[in-house]
Amino acid sequence: MSNFRPDHELHQRRRGRNFGLLAVLIGFVALVFLLTVVKVQNGGKVEAFDHTARPSLTTPEGGQ
Amino acid sequence: MSDTSFDSSQTTEASFGDYFALLKPRVMSLVVFTALVGLLVAPGSVHPIEGFAAILFIALGGGASGALNMWYDADIDRIMKRTQKRPIPAGKVTRDEAFAIGIALSCLSVIMLGLASNLVAAGLLAFTIFFYVVIYTMWLKRSTPQNIVIGGAAGAFPPMIGWAVSTGGISIESIMMFAITFFWTPPHFWALALFMKSDYSDAKVPMLTVTHGRRNTRIQIFAYTVLLAALSVGMSFTALNGPVFLATAVILNLLFIKGAWTILRRTEEQAEGDNYAAERSFFKLSLLYLFLLFTAILADAVLVRMGISLGGWV
Repeated sequence: MSNFRPDHELHQRRRGRNFGLLAVLIGFVALVFLLTVVKVQNGGKVEAFDHTARPSLTTPEGGQ
Repeated sequence: MSDTSFDSSQTTEASFGDYFALLKPRVMSLVVFTALVGLLVAPGSVHPIEGFAAILFIALGGGASGALNMWYDADIDRIMKRTQKRPIPAGKVTRDEAFAIGIALSCLSVIMLGLASNLVAAGLLAFTIFFYVVIYTMWLKRSTPQNIVIGGAAGAFPPMIGWAVSTGGISIESIMMFAITFFWTPPHFWALALFMKSDYSDAKVPMLTVTHGRRNTRIQIFAYTVLLAALSVGMSFTALNGPVFLATAVILNLLFIKGAWTILRRTEEQAEGDNYAAERSFFKLSLLYLFLLFTAILADAVLVRMGISLGGWV
């Protein structure tokens, strides 16, 4: 194993850049996931018309 | 030296930090802080995750406009001492990379802010990026000594965007926060132009110091400082009527006027004699001025919410 040469500074910098990008992407995915959870929780009714009868979306008889 | 020679100690391979530097992190910190104050003092309620995401995307939009500014201004950044170490003139990042990063992050930040908060905030962010890149960087900066006066609007929008994230609109309070930053920008930048000496003339940028002379710049700094003082103290009696804001505005403006008065009375010989000490300290004070004034706005809003003060924020 001692035959391996130590990394050139260029490779170290490239590795740092790749790990930095990895951290940013993981952070972005985590943020979008958390935002989705919050939006769904606070968004109220998420059902919509999808071509079939949805009792939960119809106004009760005599109702407003 | 042959064309095939390769010096392994020299490389232009950029590090992650070089790309981050494209986003002008110090400017971004001002954007984050003022936008956060705008968001927190607004009379709406935002989920912490949504608020965090909104501030992050506002900062990203500000950073993207910084990258586009560096892309367009690479030629003059190479000449000015203050900007020679930026990633493009330093040879770490190419202009094309800066352009691609700037455009991509601009689109991403506006779309994500729209999804995370609302279309008003996203529209304001898009306009801010457009104003900074097209109106200021491409047009005003190289054509008029009023460049940073009008261009200062770009740096004044973040508290309005923060306010819009919370309320979904624009109001007199958010316009007042815009006005403070707008009138603060000229004395802040002209003080910098005074002690940067020949930077702007070397780069042929028509700063006030270059077109109207350094004496005139000292007069303009004082004039704008008095205007800013009248505006910010006057605001204490309108929608920004908190006691902390009033006290902070009075103290800070007295210090700011004193600094501008010192600059006004100095000659170039005196300034060169002490290496522009008064101008440098006025510049530092200007940074503290904006930070403390916005902190005071936040403090008043907190006091009102705690039921301790009757300020007019909420």
